[in-house]
Amino acid sequence: MAASPDDRKYSKEHEWLKIDGDAATIGITDYAQHQLGDVVYVDLPEPGATIAQFEKMGEIESVKAVSDLFTPASGEVLEVNQAVVEKPEVVNSDPHGAGWLLRVRLADASEAEKLLSAAEYDAFIAQSS
Amino acid sequence: MTDLPAPTLRKTALFDLHERQGGRIVPFAGWAMPVQYRGIVDEHNAVRQRAGVFDVSHMGRLFVVGADAERLLRSAVTYNVAKIREGRGHYTLLCNDAGGIIDDPYIYRLDSQRFLVVGNASNADRDTERVRSFVAAGMDAELLDRQEQTVMLAVQGPAASGHMARVIGPEVAALEKRACTELPFLQYKLFVSRTGYTGEDGFEIVTSIEAGRAIWRQLLAEGVEPCGLGARDTLRLEAALPLWGHDIDETTDPYEAGLGWVVSLDDGADFAGRAALELIKAAGPSRKLAHVQALDRGVIRDGCPVLRGGAAIGAVTSGGFSPTLGTSIAMAYLPRDAAAIGTELSVDVRGRAMRVVVVGRPFVPPANGKQQTAKGAAGTENRRATTDNRQQAPTADNRQQTTDGGAGA
Repeated sequence: MAASPDDRKYSKEHEWLKIDGDAATIGITDYAQHQLGDVVYVDLPEPGATIAQFEKMGEIESVKAVSDLFTPASGEVLEVNQAVVEKPEVVNSDPHGAGWLLRVRLADASEAEKLLSAAEYDAFIAQSS
Repeated sequence: MTDLPAPTLRKTALFDLHERQGGRIVPFAGWAMPVQYRGIVDEHNAVRQRAGVFDVSHMGRLFVVGADAERLLRSAVTYNVAKIREGRGHYTLLCNDAGGIIDDPYIYRLDSQRFLVVGNASNADRDTERVRSFVAAGMDAELLDRQEQTVMLAVQGPAASGHMARVIGPEVAALEKRACTELPFLQYKLFVSRTGYTGEDGFEIVTSIEAGRAIWRQLLAEGVEPCGLGARDTLRLEAALPLWGHDIDETTDPYEAGLGWVVSLDDGADFAGRAALELIKAAGPSRKLAHVQALDRGVIRDGCPVLRGGAAIGAVTSGGFSPTLGTSIAMAYLPRDAAAIGTELSVDVRGRAMRVVVVGRPFVPPANGKQQTAKGAAGTENRRATTDNRQQAPTADNRQQTTDGGAGA
């Protein structure tokens, strides 16, 4: 598997967080989409909702099974990726790009220190597979 | 992730080929089976649009042979096997004395004294013991379990016939729906039937391990998609074919499951469960297996409660995502007054109410369904199934009961 992009941080629950000033984009990793298989539905919080780091923020369903989504950072939801709501398979085809899930206003930028770097995440998934 | 102690899983004779093909292996009914190779949706679509091949060697394969084979099977199953002509197969049920469904094997008649009983993997041993329990003193009937010695493949999809003609022989393409025959392949004997569990045209093969491996390789070389249990489940759900252990089991009876057409009462045979089934039929089932399609996004799963006006009136027995329809579909036992086509209900999916509507079956018709019905042979078979149904109340379920599949999961 290709190395994870090093422009963002990762959680052990296989979500990524790409920080852009006081906002950030959240998605699931390529490893996660591969494990899930064909994604057919994502249930995400509405814009305006408050989410808390490492808490459940939604669900993602593949043909096979449903999995919980956990947020890698606390904050307020600014935007939900409608492209993913309409065509969930984008999560499979471009998990690190067009398949992003949420834009959030970060509550506490220092939370990112609790996340893994790309190299640490790649080592982590190499262990678990 | 569950950390159950790994029991020793049985492997089919094609296991190494599945691993080499990149199959994702999961435990299923005591077997280590591929759930997918390229992806469930790709494999599903390949079968709906072209052709796919499944290793179904985990299924039970019991040959029943002897002068009394027909009599033995008639006492064990609900369907009058005397009506199965040589070179034909039919869907049947093994019922307990209360009329509950022990398994739903497909039975093929090879000749006057030889039958092949194909049951679910999880029930293979139980099916054999059940049939054996009806062997009476002096009966000439032998039970030969051939699961270990053979491979079973399902080749399914609108293009299956062309691939089979090239790999096995042109005579295969001439097989009528639900017909079966035995052919030589290399130096081996090969059983092939025009049946399946996907709702599409297709074939099932039982042959030696060597021949089965060769056929698997040749079909893949032809471009036939290797398919796992994941696609097998989404395909059979779209075809509204029941899965034992989910939609039918010992707590369900054939009538409420919409399988009354597999129960033959007219020949007077005293088969297992007959007395109970006569009573159930006379009283009429209080619920029926209904088919619902989601109106909202989301995926309905097994066990989700079905609600009417906020009150639970049933539970989903099989639920999932339909790649063809792009929505979730499900089967559930519902009170008769909630099971009429067009009825709007909701399903509780982990606390979220999803709107659904009751639809007819199958959810998805076969790709080449029209051509098939236009052919005389397939049409005759269909009409026969419809005639059997006339004994029951004419519901939409019965009218569409012409797409019975082959061997189950």
